[in-house]
Amino acid sequence: MNVDQLYASLLDIPKTDLSLWQDFFLKFYRAWFADGRWISYFRGLVTTLEVTVIALIIGVAMGVLVAIIRTAHDQQRPGTHNILLGLLNSVCKIYVTIIRGTPMMVQLMIWGFVIFATSRNFTLVGALGLGINSGAYVAEIIRGGLMSLDPGQMEAGRSLGLNYIQTMRFIVIPQAFKAILPSLGNEFIVLLKDTSLISVIAGKEIVYAARAIGARTYEYMFPLIITAIMYLIMVLIFSWLQGKLERRLRRSDRR
Amino acid sequence: MIDVKNLSKSFGSHLVLNNISQHIYPGEKVVIIGPSGSGKSTFLRCLNLLEEPTGGTITFDGIEITNPKTDINAVRRQMGMVFQHFNLFPNMNICDNITLAPVQTGLMSKAEAVETAMALLKRVGLEDKAKAYPAQLSGGQKQRIAIVRALAMKPKLMLFDEPTSALDPEMVGEVLNVMKQLALDGMTMVVVTHEMGFAREVGSRILFIDGGQVQEENTPEEFFNHPQNPRLKDFLSKVL
Repeated sequence: MNVDQLYASLLDIPKTDLSLWQDFFLKFYRAWFADGRWISYFRGLVTTLEVTVIALIIGVAMGVLVAIIRTAHDQQRPGTHNILLGLLNSVCKIYVTIIRGTPMMVQLMIWGFVIFATSRNFTLVGALGLGINSGAYVAEIIRGGLMSLDPGQMEAGRSLGLNYIQTMRFIVIPQAFKAILPSLGNEFIVLLKDTSLISVIAGKEIVYAARAIGARTYEYMFPLIITAIMYLIMVLIFSWLQGKLERRLRRSDRR
Repeated sequence: MIDVKNLSKSFGSHLVLNNISQHIYPGEKVVIIGPSGSGKSTFLRCLNLLEEPTGGTITFDGIEITNPKTDINAVRRQMGMVFQHFNLFPNMNICDNITLAPVQTGLMSKAEAVETAMALLKRVGLEDKAKAYPAQLSGGQKQRIAIVRALAMKPKLMLFDEPTSALDPEMVGEVLNVMKQLALDGMTMVVVTHEMGFAREVGSRILFIDGGQVQEENTPEEFFNHPQNPRLKDFLSKVL
């Protein structure tokens, strides 16, 4: 007997006579199998991954840019003062302050309902909002990593005659990258989960699909549990990949 | 070789170096001693501008390095520096640590740099460590590698900032031996150290810095046998 036949057979039983498990099965069937609904979760999942990737690219690009500007500004030779760098640094500071000082959902609503109010491409607007938000956190993570490295490493590189950019590229950044990978991984997981927020501006990811199904069947428990399980599986996969990468990068530290 | 005129350095309102003038001649081995916090490391770090002086000028081979328009990277390529905490690059193996700067600054091709690195490693007895990572070495080995890394740039001058202070006592000897060999080869050296035996044996001139000023300078014999300055006498009575 397959699930459809089981479902059909249970429909003949009066509602009050159903056992707990039979009731659960009916609800789960409606949330997952009926009308090929499971497809809409996976469509949502694909959108979630797309949004995560776009937001990640925007976030890392902005984060690296802001971190480099802020670090280069702070590490200028004392006495010298580059006006352009000072100006860029102020812009970066304002950006980080605004993004970190306001709730993510409010930012998304401003992007969706104010700045891009006429756009129909809700998913892309959501990805943009998430990416710009993520950029501020990534910038602080990278800056922290660059600052936390022993200043002796920079001094050693410079004392050998390497310039600032060469020292950054060959010595500081490779080591900082290893140091920030755990926090960067966390930020990535937060970003993945925060994609659920774009449903408030009608981005069609998993939560959006789950809510639509819930509205159709008047039953939210199973759609939301399914959503939670899908996120959990994704996060577990990425944590595992992150752990693998960290172990690879740690090879040179072994004694 | 290096001419220091009226060098001053202050961190905020704290004056660390007070109007120091010195000349370092080619082939000289200048040893700088003094109590902690006297400014001796700061003086050394000013010579390659790791610390930016707040006053005075430093001239290296006719180039005024304290001038903001000077290409400080080009000058630093001719000055090796060895640090108290080695500062090897933990993300690279020993061979890459040594060849990075010569290759990236365009001084040598990769093959030449590797050849130079292996020859230098052989001289300090560590040719079997070329593929090891810094974390796998002892302190003494790390410091010998750090010296090799600086030498790979074929510098005209070597600066040593307390090169043995972070080492276990039993490893001090191996590092000092490398430095002695270097001195015998005629390298110009400026060494900040607490190793009085090394100062006496290798130094051609000894400076005693205290309170941001050179309180006394002399040849090793005079310096240790007939100290004049009362603070130096006090210092030597404590350390010898």
